[in-house]
Amino acid sequence: MLAAVNERPVAANLFRTAPELRLIAGRSRKSGQLVFPAPGDSELFESVDLPSRGLLWSYTVQRFAPKSPPYRSDEPFTPFAVGYIELSGALIVESRLVDVPFDQLRVGLPMELTTFTLRTDDAGRVLMFAFRPHSGTPS
Amino acid sequence: MTDVYIVGIGIHPFGRTEGLSGLEQGAFAVRAALADVGLDWNQMQFAFGGSDAAGKADTLVAQLGLTTLPFINVLNGCATGGAALFGGYSAIKSGEFDLGVAMGFDKHPRGAFDPNPVDWGLPAWYGEAGLMITTQFFAMKLRRYMDTFGISALTLARVAEKAFHNGVHAPHAWRRSPVAVDAILNSQLVNDPLTKFMFCSPAEGGVALILASERKARELGRAQVRLRAVAVRSRPPGSFEVFAPTIEIERGPAPTVIASRAAFEMAGLGPKDIDVAQLQDTDSGAEIMHMAENGFCADGEQERWLAEGRTRLDGALPINTDGGCLACGEPIGASGLRQVYENVIQLRGTGGARQVTRPVRTAYSHVYGAPGVSAAVVLVC
Repeated sequence: MLAAVNERPVAANLFRTAPELRLIAGRSRKSGQLVFPAPGDSELFESVDLPSRGLLWSYTVQRFAPKSPPYRSDEPFTPFAVGYIELSGALIVESRLVDVPFDQLRVGLPMELTTFTLRTDDAGRVLMFAFRPHSGTPS
Repeated sequence: MTDVYIVGIGIHPFGRTEGLSGLEQGAFAVRAALADVGLDWNQMQFAFGGSDAAGKADTLVAQLGLTTLPFINVLNGCATGGAALFGGYSAIKSGEFDLGVAMGFDKHPRGAFDPNPVDWGLPAWYGEAGLMITTQFFAMKLRRYMDTFGISALTLARVAEKAFHNGVHAPHAWRRSPVAVDAILNSQLVNDPLTKFMFCSPAEGGVALILASERKARELGRAQVRLRAVAVRSRPPGSFEVFAPTIEIERGPAPTVIASRAAFEMAGLGPKDIDVAQLQDTDSGAEIMHMAENGFCADGEQERWLAEGRTRLDGALPINTDGGCLACGEPIGASGLRQVYENVIQLRGTGGARQVTRPVRTAYSHVYGAPGVSAAVVLVC
């Protein structure tokens, strides 16, 4: 997997790709509350994986090019889908949605975690997490 | 504790004014409010003011006069005007002051806002990935609401059609031409299900209100419009807000619900007692959802309310009688005070072609902004 050498997550401690792709949340050692993205203070928060499958809670399509900054992309703008995915027993997480025609988006659609290339720079591809439809049952 | 009255109102028309800074539009509004009641700046004992993007309100003393009054800056997103009013209301109610100003102004560049994630306590990737966009939040809160409570796109269009109809008759409005329901439905999608005509735009403008104690208001012969309640609340656990990387599965009420209940309790009134309302309408859907969050109808009843025209000028509860943010645009620092300005016009009965048909004795206004703050104001006469 030489290609993987030139890939990196957009931020540290956001998601891991091995042994399986998972979003990383923090669980308050005091209250048990889950926080994503995980806060940096490991004395207050322990690192936990979020479920990788869930149901689409809401969605929209970004039809106009966002202002840069803060948006960063090296591709010409094309509309993209955004949504919230309810990860049962954990949190409702906001995410880019990929591999789905806009007209097939609906509340309740089963989704699973994936990644896509947010941009490419001299060091390689910068990966961002996303969700895409899947046909199985939520796990 | 004294009652608080609004004795003077002033506005710089909303929209785009080339050659006039946001601060200058704020100063214009203060001078207009002083002229409305026949007072001078040097009689003002305090000022609370703010803008989101057009400079520091307290520097206005250079334009208005170096009278050494305390001028407190406030900054609370779209609720900045509500926060300025809360400051002025509390200052007079405490008995410490008799007479002062609550004001706000703004001047934004064209297009959607471009917030910096770091300012909001968010990681850079949130902005880089195209998630730091206010309009997405309004669209997704609405999508969920429409699915849950059976709200149609036609109802969203009816809200915008009403706004542009009312804006025609408001001299301070930006968009003053009617737009038909079909044109609204068929205009370009911005963030599904919301089209171009269903969203307000960042704009420019300034508003100032002169506040007085009961004693001072009577002395001025202006004890007509009483500020019965001003409540500002930040978000409770489990609410769904602008710029939220996650939402709790166990849902809580919106900050608007909390602020609204507090305002009605302070006023000793309920939603059914209100004759006219100005509600935060960043988009058509926001007005729909805020009708329920402020207690005016049950979730889902908006479909029938809009079909029956209940929120039009001749309806049972006219909403956004000057066209709201949809027709006026949204200069963040001034927007919440524009609502109060419009309510004073309605209570005075000077709305002309946009004056509501039924007598107006009570008026309600509501702003909502990032990162989850709401302000509710009740006026009576």
